[in-house]
Amino acid sequence: MIRMRTRLVVLQVIVMGVLAVLSLRLWQVQVVRGQELVTRATETRTRSVIVPAVRGQILDSSGRPLVRNQTSLVVSVDRTGLIRMPEQGVPVLRKLSEVLGQPVKQLQKRITPCGPGVTKPCWTGSPYQPIPVEERADTRQALQILERQEEFPGISAEIQSVRQYPGGKAGAQMLGYLQPVTEAELAKREGLKAAFSGVDLVGRDGLEYIYDDELRGKAGLRRVQVDRMGKAIGVEEQVAPVSGDNLVTSIDARVQDLAEQALQHAMKNAPKADGAAAVVLEPGTGRVIALASMPGYDPAVWAGGISDRGYQRLLSDATGKPLVSRALNGMFAPGSTFKVSSVTSMLRAGYPLNGTYDCPGAVMVGDRAFHNFHGIGLGSMNLHTALVKSCDTIFYRAGYDQWLKDGGLNPKKAPKEVFANTAKAFGFGKPTGIDLPGESSGRIPDRTWKKNMWAQTSGTSCRRAKTGYPEVADKSRAEFLKRLANENCLEGFLLRAGDSANFSIGQGDVLVTPLQLARAYAALVSDGKLRSPRIGWATVRPDGALVRRIDVPVVGKLPLSKKERLYIKDALSDVPSDGTAAGAFSGFPMNKVRIGGKTGTAEVWGKEDTSWFASFAPAEAPHFVVVVMVSQGGMGASTAAPAAREIYEGIFGFAKNKPALPAGRPVSKLPKISADGTVAGDRTTDGAVADGPGTSGPETGDEGKSGPATGDEGRSGAEKRGAEKRGARSGDAGTGGTVAGRTGEGGTSKGTKKEGGTEAGG
Amino acid sequence: MMDRTLMGGRRSFARRAVGAQSAMWRLDGVMLVAVAALCVIGTLLVWSSTRTWAPGSTGLVKKHVLNLAIGTLLCAAVTVIDHRAMRAYAPLAFLLSLVGLGLVITPLGATINGSHSWILLGGGFAVQPSEFAKLGLLLIIAMLLAQPGEGSDRPRGLDVWLALFAALLTMGLVMLQPDLGTTLVLAVITAAGLVIAGVRKRWIILLALIAGVGVFCVFAFGMLEPYQVARFTAFLDPRVDPRGVGYNSTQSLIAIGSGQLFGKGLFDGGQTTGRFVPEQHTDFIFTVAGEEFGFLGSLTVVLLLGVVLVRGLRIARLCEDRFGTLVAGTIVCWLAFQTFVNIGMTIGIMPITGLPLPFVSYGGTATFANLISIGLLQSIRIREQSFN
Repeated sequence: MIRMRTRLVVLQVIVMGVLAVLSLRLWQVQVVRGQELVTRATETRTRSVIVPAVRGQILDSSGRPLVRNQTSLVVSVDRTGLIRMPEQGVPVLRKLSEVLGQPVKQLQKRITPCGPGVTKPCWTGSPYQPIPVEERADTRQALQILERQEEFPGISAEIQSVRQYPGGKAGAQMLGYLQPVTEAELAKREGLKAAFSGVDLVGRDGLEYIYDDELRGKAGLRRVQVDRMGKAIGVEEQVAPVSGDNLVTSIDARVQDLAEQALQHAMKNAPKADGAAAVVLEPGTGRVIALASMPGYDPAVWAGGISDRGYQRLLSDATGKPLVSRALNGMFAPGSTFKVSSVTSMLRAGYPLNGTYDCPGAVMVGDRAFHNFHGIGLGSMNLHTALVKSCDTIFYRAGYDQWLKDGGLNPKKAPKEVFANTAKAFGFGKPTGIDLPGESSGRIPDRTWKKNMWAQTSGTSCRRAKTGYPEVADKSRAEFLKRLANENCLEGFLLRAGDSANFSIGQGDVLVTPLQLARAYAALVSDGKLRSPRIGWATVRPDGALVRRIDVPVVGKLPLSKKERLYIKDALSDVPSDGTAAGAFSGFPMNKVRIGGKTGTAEVWGKEDTSWFASFAPAEAPHFVVVVMVSQGGMGASTAAPAAREIYEGIFGFAKNKPALPAGRPVSKLPKISADGTVAGDRTTDGAVADGPGTSGPETGDEGKSGPATGDEGRSGAEKRGAEKRGARSGDAGTGGTVAGRTGEGGTSKGTKKEGGTEAGG
Repeated sequence: MMDRTLMGGRRSFARRAVGAQSAMWRLDGVMLVAVAALCVIGTLLVWSSTRTWAPGSTGLVKKHVLNLAIGTLLCAAVTVIDHRAMRAYAPLAFLLSLVGLGLVITPLGATINGSHSWILLGGGFAVQPSEFAKLGLLLIIAMLLAQPGEGSDRPRGLDVWLALFAALLTMGLVMLQPDLGTTLVLAVITAAGLVIAGVRKRWIILLALIAGVGVFCVFAFGMLEPYQVARFTAFLDPRVDPRGVGYNSTQSLIAIGSGQLFGKGLFDGGQTTGRFVPEQHTDFIFTVAGEEFGFLGSLTVVLLLGVVLVRGLRIARLCEDRFGTLVAGTIVCWLAFQTFVNIGMTIGIMPITGLPLPFVSYGGTATFANLISIGLLQSIRIREQSFN
């Protein structure tokens, strides 16, 4: 018995040891590793379903939707995952076919990549991305798939919000578009990040880009508790999505339509026209009422992902690069519309406001003669008439005189550069700061700019001065270019007399965007304050509560006294009745609404003239500034002015139509949006929020092509730099090309009699 | 000796009158309380783990309570029987258990959950003879080894051979089912009997070597089912196949760990409700305790089992006859082994074997066998004085 007792003691020790081991291990598992295992438990036990927030609408000033939503549930198949499964995933497809009500054969066909002998319905996109097999799944189908993922490996169902554009092409560049968010962008976002799936969208351009944070809202989360078979057994956590705010803009959908139509007609009437822009501003406030650019495109192409070919088409010359907003990125010499700046420069240089000036047929600038339009002298006149009749020689002389005062070719240490500085005070040469991305700066060619330009181009110029242009067929042209290259090589850093004369009438190297011109005129005809225009007016919660008003910042002041301003405005008010635009406005009921404005015709070497009309109405107390630009449109009076007239007729109802703005002025109160998302008041919206399954094109495999670099070939250095500065935008090559065409051979137009910078009568 | 017998004989009438009461006094109350607590906890855990799918949500827990009630009656009955009388019935018990195991192999046997170890009784009831075989083997080994050789306190060689023969016979029948877990328990019972009985160390070492070679042969000649090999591989590295064989150990570790210190509360264990751990009302019931009662709760279960084991060893020590000591000692080893393997596999320190947790897991026959063993211990306790 003693032996047995001893062995029992040994056993007792063993038992105690076993108990101790179990206890220690339990401590380790439950207390030390507890938190880690809690996380893993949550992972295995729950399925997180991201509930995307409804993106806010973009509304016009009356609450009419410019962009609204349609949501659709898209069921996709991960083909690469599926073919690795037993029987190549056929059992999964069989189950899916029960849920979707599609034959298995059809599903198989849809996920087979197209190729030789494989015809539609086949998959045209990348085989490595989820292939949509059902674009209009209903909620029940989607939930069946999402909540039983174990039974549907490789199958996903996601809600995609498809943007819808009630206005079609109208304002497409301004509204912008959505593209799949990149992982880097998603990482920057706050909140739920589990959402990355390649179908989350982000505003890539236009208002969608600038107001993305507000429009997007916050995604919600539904964490479903599942059992080990993946069957949902309860909702563990539910965070409702917060819908994005609606953006109310100051755009008036009808005026926008009018502007687009007017541009279309203008381009039709000017056969060589390759682009056009119209800007309608409210001068007192700096709000944008319409911003149109031609050629346009239907932004619906972005919905559900754009194909690579579709995207390349939007960037191609054949379609006229419709992604580029000519209003923001079209940089053109402003021609005579620029004279408002030049008159101001004269005043600031000390020329009397009420003086009398001689307008000869030509003036000598340095050793060259600069001519009036058709070389006609108009005799003595005051500045008022000089603007109305668009006399060039008065401005040539003033520009040249100021150049001489600054020291001419041997500049003083601190030249005043009155003309360039005044132009900058008018807001030219820098972006207006509008709430749109990628705006161009334009260009004010002052002495510094010349130097910088020369620093960049002298190398090429000097090489060309030696080698010449053997590739140019026309011998005299090649000879001319060689001479020019030599000139640029030797003294390209100097602002020459001809440059100053060209500058005074908005020719040569001066480049402005239609938007810059419009806001300069808006300042001129209102209170003299230069504003950074705004399209966004307010953000409003879906229930109609105001989130914030978007203010229009004042960024500068025109260097003009009130008296001088009114003098210039008064002069411009006579242009459509007595001046260069009289023809375009013949028959216009000026007794009802008087229009003021200035035409501009800017020469572009080797191309048709750029047609400009910058205007305002009613002339006495303007509510509208309308600037129209038609690239290669010919004379300002013959193309741009009639387009502006068409816009005015539409606004005030002088054509057959009802007035777009019956009050004769822009909407001044924010629209009241009721809780159900409709606009309160008698105005019926063109359609309330469209919910429920909508159409969305099959997603194609080319997401992420959000900003491919466009070819830089053919751009001058300066233009490239500009493009880089604009950064976010990629599609501005269109106008860039135009600009490059001129700057590359920039010297050609100045200072030679042949290519002389005379301005065709504005 | 004579005196006592005479006295006993004289007082036999009186003894019977007060015996029940005095026996009650000698019962190991601490152990009974611990066992009762384990049974209550087990009932709650079975309820928690079956309420989402069992018929009428309480179907299985009701059955479990019924099993416990039957088990308690069996326990009481065994307690009343003098264990020394049981020594006489040991061969019968052993034979009956062999017959039971034999019946499993005949067409009467049934396969439940992949193991062919059941005899259906009809009415939804089934018995698992291998559970009773543990008791049968235990008793026959104790009986054989309780008789020391002449002038020695070690068992006789013949008895040892007989014990080994009985063990191999039982284990062989169980292996035919096949049921690796129970086979291991039977081996542990045999080894415990030999060790406690005082068999020479060199014999024990020799037997251990033979067992080792046997295990090697089992592996080497493919006598194990592939799933058993896989389980073992998965135990060595659960990451081998986390969705397959490693799934059980991974999921049970997650369930237990996520209980942390205080647990999620009864019925609030998400892993339990989601049935991520398979067999969580039977073999993996400890995961429910771990998740819902946390470290404190699961430690309580371990300690309660510890109390049972330690009190059992105390009974073995206090018992004055070899048979009682052997029975009590082997019972403790059996329960300790099953406790360690069962809890160990849920917390990743043992490979997965289909052994229930004593007094806690759902399962009629196992509950009966466990409670009978408690009855045996109590029976030994109240008659610990040797009257030989």
